[in-house]
Amino acid sequence: MNAHIEAAETDRAPGSHHSNRDRLKSYTVGFGLAVLLTAASFAASSSSFVWGPSIPVLLAVLAIAQMGVHLVFFLHISTAPDSTNNILSLAFGIFVVGLVIFGSIIIMSNLNHNMMPMDQLMDMHTQR
Amino acid sequence: MNTVVDVASDEMPTGVPISERGPAPARVVAGFGFWLFLLSDIIIFSALFAAYAVLCNATNGGPTAVELFDKRHVLFETSCLLASSFTCGMMMIAMERREAALTYFWAIVTAALGVVFLCLEFSEFAHMVQQGAGPSRSAFLSSFFTLVGTHGAHVTVGIAWLLIMMLQVGKLGFRPMVVRRMLCFSLFWHALDIVWIGVFTVVYLGAHA
Repeated sequence: MNAHIEAAETDRAPGSHHSNRDRLKSYTVGFGLAVLLTAASFAASSSSFVWGPSIPVLLAVLAIAQMGVHLVFFLHISTAPDSTNNILSLAFGIFVVGLVIFGSIIIMSNLNHNMMPMDQLMDMHTQR
Repeated sequence: MNTVVDVASDEMPTGVPISERGPAPARVVAGFGFWLFLLSDIIIFSALFAAYAVLCNATNGGPTAVELFDKRHVLFETSCLLASSFTCGMMMIAMERREAALTYFWAIVTAALGVVFLCLEFSEFAHMVQQGAGPSRSAFLSSFFTLVGTHGAHVTVGIAWLLIMMLQVGKLGFRPMVVRRMLCFSLFWHALDIVWIGVFTVVYLGAHA
């Protein structure tokens, strides 16, 4: 039993528990998908094929998809037991990133909205 | 009969209870620690992205994003970084096969692509400053230079790190410590590419959309 465990522990490549062939495949597939998504982003940004106002949403979707591709195929974030802590911290990271970005945008646009236009402010000073 | 066999677990030998498996292997612990650092780094970038998103229309009568950014230039930069991510993966595979020559080869290709990326970025910055669109021109340009410049600084550090790792491979060989550092480097390099996806989408393509 112990001998079996030791053999299983040592005959594996240190970077991963997958074979190199699997890793090569993973990088190649990931690279192919990333190239496709990048090309799609650049094509979408200037195309008249897509309804204009929807382009920012399309770009966001393509970017998030590509980030997912990078995480899975390049950073090897998976559902393996090794990776549970990584996934939990990733979820927390995404949560904080979302708070910072969307929180800032919402608060600042709200402040902008509540700000009185400059000419009205001047009017208030001159009236009396 | 009572042993729970986790089918998905090929990392740990099956049949050994979790309480008896001992600490996780060093590469898993090191990878996790570095992953936490990367996430905190990404949170720094998220603050810079938020600043850019808030300030991108605050041009103060100066040049706007549509006038300044050349999409073809950015496509070239993006291809360099994406290709370097792929060659970094090839380097990791070569390292796991313990093929030193191949590892050096892919490391040089990765570093060269990184240098090309930095040169492109620097020429873009220099061109903008020449046009009078430096970081002091408007809040939009300040946030642009901070965001893209911070990414560029990370790439610079990454290239320096890669060169140091090559010296270590040459001097110390593929000992576990060096292999773990290389693993951390590859995580860093791929994470920079993820940040760049955000940059080219939000800053460059977002301006034209």
